[in-house]
Amino acid sequence: MIAPYDTGLSYQFGRALLEPDLPLPRGVVGPRGKKAEKRFSVYRNNVTVSLINALGDIFPALKTLVGATNFGHIAREFVRACPPGSPLLFEYGHDFPEFIGALEQLRKYTYLPDVARLERAWLDAFHAPDADPLTAESLGAIAPDRLGAVVFDPHPATRLVASDFAIVSIATRSRAGEPIAGIDPANSETALVTRPHAIVELRALPAGGATFFRTLLNGHPLGAAALLAAERDWDFDLAAAIAALLESGAFTTLSIPENTAEGA
Amino acid sequence: MPAGSPQFADMPLPPRAGAGLKPEHVDAILAEDYRIGFLEFHAENYMGAGGPAHRALTAVRERFPLSVHGVGLSIGAERGLDPAHLERLARVVERYQPAMVSEHLAWSTHTDHYYNDLLPLPYNRDTLDRIVHHIDQVQTRLKRPILLENPSTYVAFEQSTMSETDFIAEIARHSGCGLLLDVNNVFVSATNHGWKPLSYLRDFPLELVEEIHLAGNAEDTDDEGEPLLIDAHDRPVCDDVWKLYEVVIAQAGPLPTLIEWDNDVPDWPVLRHEAQLADEILARHDASAWLGRRHAAE
Repeated sequence: MIAPYDTGLSYQFGRALLEPDLPLPRGVVGPRGKKAEKRFSVYRNNVTVSLINALGDIFPALKTLVGATNFGHIAREFVRACPPGSPLLFEYGHDFPEFIGALEQLRKYTYLPDVARLERAWLDAFHAPDADPLTAESLGAIAPDRLGAVVFDPHPATRLVASDFAIVSIATRSRAGEPIAGIDPANSETALVTRPHAIVELRALPAGGATFFRTLLNGHPLGAAALLAAERDWDFDLAAAIAALLESGAFTTLSIPENTAEGA
Repeated sequence: MPAGSPQFADMPLPPRAGAGLKPEHVDAILAEDYRIGFLEFHAENYMGAGGPAHRALTAVRERFPLSVHGVGLSIGAERGLDPAHLERLARVVERYQPAMVSEHLAWSTHTDHYYNDLLPLPYNRDTLDRIVHHIDQVQTRLKRPILLENPSTYVAFEQSTMSETDFIAEIARHSGCGLLLDVNNVFVSATNHGWKPLSYLRDFPLELVEEIHLAGNAEDTDDEGEPLLIDAHDRPVCDDVWKLYEVVIAQAGPLPTLIEWDNDVPDWPVLRHEAQLADEILARHDASAWLGRRHAAE
């Protein structure tokens, strides 16, 4: 929070950058008696446009879905209401999904905030720490009667974004520049976001798969995850879920907690 | 990897042309036979923990001299440097061991807001003391001198009591920092403030300059309808800036020279061509300096 007693030049300058109706900051002039309104607007423009562009880079599917012009208007409002708090622009926009969810003009596009959450998670995965994903050999080395007790350490890039809407299908198509016609937005998808090596990967999980991964990511053992997933979804396919567990690179290592090792 | 361990060969910046590193150019740069003199990256783009950005920069670092250019430290900040951001910069410097570290004579943060632009400062005793103190903090933490870059500005301040060149010379004298001379910024600010670019260069402490920046600018107009140049970094270097650059190199001798192109980024060969134009000027003055020395020895 900016303290109310802040009367410094930077406070005035900064406020005037984001509130175009405010007068010029104290002492800001043009050279040799020239005016400075248009000159100061260069800074206003640099700040606003560069941050709108940054949001467009972070949320490319959202920008395509609402159209570049609409996106520009929405992003401008957001930049003025919630300027970044850090020079790391790849951290910007965590509040943007909630912001667009509250906009009256987007009310009927109910899937947009979740698409934005998925895009924000994509960039978090992109910049997350590197780690080697779990190998099939390490899972294969576990005796079958102890598999149920195995717990997994999540890869630092792994994110799960739950949604009532078809966010993976919508985001993937939009990011590829393809139309989303033919996708039923009401077809619920939970997104598994991973980055096992250099490339961020997106997977749409069915209901049981979502429960399975959420349970594992919360640190519970494989047996419990399989049981909960089967309760949630009659069609839950454990073999397919374990294949996805290995292929996605969602985890790095596994272990069997000592207190459950006996008779698990 | 252990912090500060010398896993990269020591590669100083050569007195040649380099280019601002863009992720979309990395494959082309690594694949071609042409060897650019050096590459410069923006520190803030590599402050994430891991991922493809670091993989690419590590591959570049293994083959080319690197310099790092900070854009978010806010050296002129009224409320002091952000210690967390200085730590992030220190980690980037330890990780990549660049030949040069530079930042701007500008501010971009106030309390918890980041404005993502290089904002101007009044030039007076208060701001001078503040900036010298901040550069001292940076150089102490990084355990090396940094280069400070002259800005492009669009407004002036009634609170200013010194010329920009005197202000910069005083900062360097008190802090011990080196200077990065952005020749496009000289041209942009001179046009915007009605200075003569050659007078600016005459007053600038060229002996402290260790690196040059060149970039393209965009033309707009001020409140009175007269030319106002914008430091746009979105097009080739203009003819006037090339002429000024040649004046600088003729006086200061060949210096590492960076072409910056950050918006509407072209394909790599277009940026490389700009670098080759700078290399031609550098080679001409390198040769004439060599001939001059030989002539003197005879």
